[in-house]
Amino acid sequence: MRISTFFYTLKQGIINIFRNKWFSLASVATISACLLLFGLFYSIVVNFNNIVKTAEQGVSVTVFFEDNLSEAKIQEIGKLIEKRAEVAKVVYVSAEEAWETFRMEYFGEEYSDGFTENPLENSSNYEIYLSDVALQGSLVTYLESVEGVRQVNRSEVTASTLSGMNVLIVYVSVGIIGILLAVSIFLISNTVMIGIQVRKEEINIMKYIGATDFFVRSPFVIEGIIIGAIGAAIPLGLIYVVYNTVVEFVGERFTMLNTLLNFLPVQEIFNTLVPVSFGLGIGIGFLGSVMTVRKHLKV
Amino acid sequence: MSLLKQPKEKKIPSEDIIVLDNVSKSYATGAPALNGVSLTVKQGEFVFIVGDSGSGKSTLIKLLLRELLPTSGELYVNGQSLVDLKRRNVPKYRRNLGVVFQDFRLLKDRNVYENVAFAQRIIQVPNREIRKNVPSILSVVGLAGKYKAKPRQLSGGEQQRVALARALINRPPILLCDEPTGNLDPKNSWEIMKLLEQINKKGTTVLVVTHNREIVNEMQKRVITMKKGIIVSDEEKGGYIDED
Repeated sequence: MRISTFFYTLKQGIINIFRNKWFSLASVATISACLLLFGLFYSIVVNFNNIVKTAEQGVSVTVFFEDNLSEAKIQEIGKLIEKRAEVAKVVYVSAEEAWETFRMEYFGEEYSDGFTENPLENSSNYEIYLSDVALQGSLVTYLESVEGVRQVNRSEVTASTLSGMNVLIVYVSVGIIGILLAVSIFLISNTVMIGIQVRKEEINIMKYIGATDFFVRSPFVIEGIIIGAIGAAIPLGLIYVVYNTVVEFVGERFTMLNTLLNFLPVQEIFNTLVPVSFGLGIGIGFLGSVMTVRKHLKV
Repeated sequence: MSLLKQPKEKKIPSEDIIVLDNVSKSYATGAPALNGVSLTVKQGEFVFIVGDSGSGKSTLIKLLLRELLPTSGELYVNGQSLVDLKRRNVPKYRRNLGVVFQDFRLLKDRNVYENVAFAQRIIQVPNREIRKNVPSILSVVGLAGKYKAKPRQLSGGEQQRVALARALINRPPILLCDEPTGNLDPKNSWEIMKLLEQINKKGTTVLVVTHNREIVNEMQKRVITMKKGIIVSDEEKGGYIDED
């Protein structure tokens, strides 16, 4: 392709957008609406996932040992636990540390001085953090079977709630993405149908004069790509503003929720959302224009 | 003598620019639009094709444009078989034809210059040559001063001249005109026909499908008359034959 032909094609693609400004506007609006819904939903899901994940990370199983179990044996058990697939992290809490935490939490500095001995002498333990909360049951069964283990404390309710939430998120995500996809296809195919009517005559003339399919298609494809890119950029800008506003609003108005609602920074969401939105927008624009033109190339 | 069967190849005399050999075209419904039509057009000829609606004229033009393929028979243009022509080679083939339609078929949102230049852009003529060629062809059709006008700002006659300029700018050996005066008043019709005659005198083969009795009778060119898909008369310096 000659450079002049390339620039001519590019120029025609840009001019086409302005020539058919209502059609272009409808296409941009359609793509924007779909990607805005997608982006908002994605931001909510990612944040929800993050909240659940943070909560999951706090779920731990505590293992206590039989009285007078040797330090060496406790360490041996610790190594066995660390090797388990269900385990993300193991923290050893000595009897002294356990007492220190307990007395600071419940008595304060001055009242606890009355104790001369450690009342929690046999309370050295392992706090075990899980790689997946759903695996808590199997880990507890294993731990209870380990020789030297006196007691295993578990947080069954939290674990089952969180793993249930995870499954729910997956179902809701698949459902909403499915609905969004169906709506997008409907809206885009409608817009493409309008495009076909607008372009029918123009494509026919080009073909009668002897233009190749590539020459006819190229300006439309460029037009589609530009429309797709604009259609992606608008919702991204909106989401950026809305997201920051919501995070700020929730942070200021609902301070008590701050520990629970741990919002991800917008940059982290945009690391994925920007390439995916542009990919989808440009992809939709490209496919839409190719489909529009294809039907009329057989002249 | 070789025992191998040689593929059948039709010899086309070099001066025969259009050859139809027993061409038929049937659509899914109704009687055949063309029924065993054979004709040859020599290079540099000016030919009128006349006939009533449903006589097969439009089908003939569509076959020559390679918009349709014949149901049977052979069709050659410039020595090239249109039956064997692959789809991907159709654009290249069409560049050897200038085409003018009754409804002008101009790109409505582009000005006169861009409409004419478009025919050169598709064959990737450099911009500097397009800048020379377009004004030159526009002056041939008498529209040099209107290169900035949009089609809607022009009269029917002027729009047809633009279409003619677009058809001629790549100097095609054949010019196909489908009812070129169908939407024009008598004055503009004659002007277009005079232009076509001039173009023909410079060596371009011109094929004009028309209903315009006065022009056909006046110009005294070869006239092929069609009726119900067959050629009923083919006369040198002929006239419009009445139906009755």
